[in-house]
Amino acid sequence: MSFFLEVLIGGLLAGVMYSLVALGFVLIYKASGVFNFAQGAMVFFAALTFTGLQEAWQLPLWLAFVLTLGVMVGVGIATERVVLRPLVNQPQITLFMATIGLAFFIEGVAQLVWGTNIRRLDLGLQDEPIEAVMERFNLLVSKFDLVAALVAGALVTVLAVFFNKTRIGRALRAVADDHQAALAVGIPLKQIWAIVWSVAGFVALVAGLLWGARNGVQFALTFVALKALPVLILGGFESILGAIVGGLIIGAAEKLAEVYLGQYVGGGIEGWFAYALALLFLLIRPEGLFGERHIDRV
Amino acid sequence: MKTPWFQRSLAAAAFALAIVGGVATDAVAQQPTQFIGITGYRVGPYGANGAAFFGGFIDYLNLVNERDGGVNGVRLTWEECETEYNNTKGVECYERLKTKVATGPTAIHPMSTGITYAILDKAPVDKIPLITMGYGRTDATDGRVFPWVFPLLSNYWDNATGIVKFIAEKEGGEDKLKGKKLVLLYHDSAYGKEPQPVMEAEAKKLGFELKMIPVPHPGNEQQSQWLQIRQYKPDWVVLWGWGVMNATALQTAQKTGFPREKMVGNWWAGSEVDTQAAGPAATGYYAATLALAGKNYPVVADIEKFVYGRSKGGDAKLVGTVLWNRGMAAAMFTVEAVRKAQEKYGKKPMTGEQVRWGIENLDINAGRLKSLGFNTMLPPVKTSCTDHGGAGVVRFQQWTGTEWKIASDWMNGDRAMVRRMVEESAAKYATEKGIKPACMGS
Amino acid sequence: MFYREAGQFKTSYATDQQIFPIRQDRIAMAVLLAVAFVAVPLAASPYWLTAILIPFLTFSLAAIGLNILTGYAGQLSLGSAAFMAVGAVAAYNFEARVPGMPLLGSFVLGGLTAAGVGVLFGLPSLRIKGFYLAVATLAAQFFIPWLLVKVSWFSNDSTSGAISTQPLEIAGWLADTPTEKYLLVLTIVAVMALVAKNLIRSATGRAWMAVRDMDVAAEVIGIRIVRTKLTAFAVSSFYCGVAGALYAFANLGSVQPEDFNLDLSFRILFMIIVGGVGSMAGSFLGAAFITLLPIALDLLLTDGAAAIGLALPPGVASMAQLVVFGALIIFFLIVEPHGLARLWQIGKEKARLWPFPY
Repeated sequence: MSFFLEVLIGGLLAGVMYSLVALGFVLIYKASGVFNFAQGAMVFFAALTFTGLQEAWQLPLWLAFVLTLGVMVGVGIATERVVLRPLVNQPQITLFMATIGLAFFIEGVAQLVWGTNIRRLDLGLQDEPIEAVMERFNLLVSKFDLVAALVAGALVTVLAVFFNKTRIGRALRAVADDHQAALAVGIPLKQIWAIVWSVAGFVALVAGLLWGARNGVQFALTFVALKALPVLILGGFESILGAIVGGLIIGAAEKLAEVYLGQYVGGGIEGWFAYALALLFLLIRPEGLFGERHIDRV
Repeated sequence: MKTPWFQRSLAAAAFALAIVGGVATDAVAQQPTQFIGITGYRVGPYGANGAAFFGGFIDYLNLVNERDGGVNGVRLTWEECETEYNNTKGVECYERLKTKVATGPTAIHPMSTGITYAILDKAPVDKIPLITMGYGRTDATDGRVFPWVFPLLSNYWDNATGIVKFIAEKEGGEDKLKGKKLVLLYHDSAYGKEPQPVMEAEAKKLGFELKMIPVPHPGNEQQSQWLQIRQYKPDWVVLWGWGVMNATALQTAQKTGFPREKMVGNWWAGSEVDTQAAGPAATGYYAATLALAGKNYPVVADIEKFVYGRSKGGDAKLVGTVLWNRGMAAAMFTVEAVRKAQEKYGKKPMTGEQVRWGIENLDINAGRLKSLGFNTMLPPVKTSCTDHGGAGVVRFQQWTGTEWKIASDWMNGDRAMVRRMVEESAAKYATEKGIKPACMGS
Repeated sequence: MFYREAGQFKTSYATDQQIFPIRQDRIAMAVLLAVAFVAVPLAASPYWLTAILIPFLTFSLAAIGLNILTGYAGQLSLGSAAFMAVGAVAAYNFEARVPGMPLLGSFVLGGLTAAGVGVLFGLPSLRIKGFYLAVATLAAQFFIPWLLVKVSWFSNDSTSGAISTQPLEIAGWLADTPTEKYLLVLTIVAVMALVAKNLIRSATGRAWMAVRDMDVAAEVIGIRIVRTKLTAFAVSSFYCGVAGALYAFANLGSVQPEDFNLDLSFRILFMIIVGGVGSMAGSFLGAAFITLLPIALDLLLTDGAAAIGLALPPGVASMAQLVVFGALIIFFLIVEPHGLARLWQIGKEKARLWPFPY
């Protein structure tokens, strides 16, 4: 039983890590209808810039964070201006492809600037079991994962407040609903998009720091996008809540499946199980759990 | 890539003239060069591994030119083509490099099992030897079936049996392994499947329990695997990973409280690329290696003096790392094969066929290693038609948190068993492909 | 001036409905085929044939496959590489396990197997649309290579999981030189492209396009959605499967399941986007562009930098190439979101009027 609980808790916490990446996708999709595949590259770029700055000038954590945030906001705004604005009103697939091109671009630039060497990212937080829980319940809960989960929780709360309570947030939801109507009532569309891309850059930075501290800052960070995709389908592309709930479901389910089902089929099923699960959910709800329902009219 | 354009175009022009008029042969004779084609990769998920390996490779070639003026007066030139670890691009690079110069690209180090497979059938037709140090087809050790492929030093099965031997030594003898529990944590791909038959055979022979746990590509999330390990409580974990999977395995081992001193990696899971990314979590971890790490070798000092001293070097931070040393060793074997071939065929640029003979008749004993400045970095290597590996041994290092420390002598596991399995597998390939096993001679 | 259809009168429906109704187009096509079948094998070097033309043709076929599904039937898929893998492995197994199996028979059976698998993974399309479907096809992309690695029977129990393909032998004719391989691949691709073009002009093709443009409306006018979508998946996967078999047999000679990864799927998707969604010519143009661009960039960056006396440090050229590739993709999408095929069309319209502006 305690093993089951361990797997479940581990899975839920891992799921939060997926949600973090998925959040960046959701933000952009919500506001501009772009499925931004470059989010993985942005995570990589953010982590690399952070460690690169730290290494080059021996900066303290917070200063490196602020500087990187500045860079990411710059990247976000530049992306919006150079890549997406000229492509407004193009079919989704074209936009999607453009973001893949963008991913190549960012990956190349990141490595040109900072090199291919793998760096370690030290947040001063070791990835160790929490001893108190270990002793009392014989349960393994990672300190690092718990902190990551708290960070993700805080981030979601902040974003939720931002979207629901502030003026910009309301404008943003209007934009998400209908670009043209929003424009017609005088919402500055371009500014809103710039803000969203900047926020996505911020989310990428947070995800990059947490994932980078876990796996080392290396090219493989771009692969975290693949972990986020099933979360997105399951939760729905437009829902922040969906990203979190989806992450929890995917994380827990894939770990449990790997441990309890994997042994019967030779293991290693995590790679596709999440997608299969998401697909199953989609068959029941084709817009994801929290996605917006679309009605087709002829 | 680093060859001066001028020199290259001169050679090309001279070559063209030689074909057209058959007159300009003097120009070629004045500046004989041995062209080495390099299919490398420096971008993508394995870019860091490639940068270190090919960095060392090219630094050594530079050393030969700068210090010795080439091989017996034949200067080395080279071109690096980016494969991105992608098979289609690898084939394109191979095709591009193969006809660049009349004598061919000397020998190709694909540094990727996939690319090795993709050009395996092409190499004999084009008469280009492939050197696959520690990867590629294990059964290519049998040179009667694979005359053009050289898994120099050791192959995967030598690695796997070597690891078992190492664990046995740590436990105090092979008989102590009985009843012990081992986990093979492997990259779920062709690469990760490679050691399974020998590991199973070893388990049966020595009586240890073996559990094999796959990690799906890319392996950046291993919670469930390590919880399984935690539940199984093995005595040792053998790590058979590549890329981000290694660092994540070390991190997750720490997270689940598994001692790193009980983890042994294979030689693709044991470089600074892996341990530095994992940080303190990697301290105490053992890994196999083909070439020892460190700078305490005359050849490294020479490279720092002749290559970096004349600012012809690559990334100085990589000097002396595991993969850099391995790349340098790979270059050394290539150069020595050319030298060996020159003994037989004359001091001029060697063709693929001649280089092949050279690789098949390498004899780099301890004395030769010393005079080359490698000392004990590598084991002695003696190749033959039946043994394209030439060493079959591995050595183990332990990560101290800042550097790799030697943790064992050169050792081999059950060589007889590996040899038997290599021959079986090679024979199967030969029947499938209709090859009549035979030694090629010269 | 030369490209004008004035004076070409159609006197029957048949002539009006032929593939190339304009005489100049027919001539151009004949010339193109003559060049491809005769001039190229005579002139191209082995490097061009093996490293560029054969991969180009193979990918064109895969791009046609994806274009049928995405461009004509409107179902987005990110799993093309997986269907290629099915085709490759199935063809290998038919060839290895059925005694006396002709090679082309293996290719066809490989394609049919891929078609079957494609239909299976196409089933969710009956309920899921758009991007959700695209991400759902990733299930195929990750599941199939996993299965191929797991079940060693597929690779004839080779320890490495790689399949080493049989020689290309058709009725006693062994295609082993680059030229012969090229001709074999070219023939297969040309025939299949012709079939695809005709299929698109048939009732099936029109049904696909109706579903693409609006499936609810298509249903209302009496098109059977289930059948239409699933045939699109089947035909598309068949093409991808044969392309996969060609990739294994004629390009690489030996493949591992992980060669058919997500990157390859993306590359094929790139080909149809850059080439032109819903265009046969676009499949070829896109494949040419995506195959040639990196090589051209590589040569340009390394040799170009060397020519102006600038020795790039190792690795920089590779990364710069990635940057330029990404930037060019974005640039093309911005300049011509409908792909190269659209540029081609504009060019044709201009040629029609030339030398007059209107």
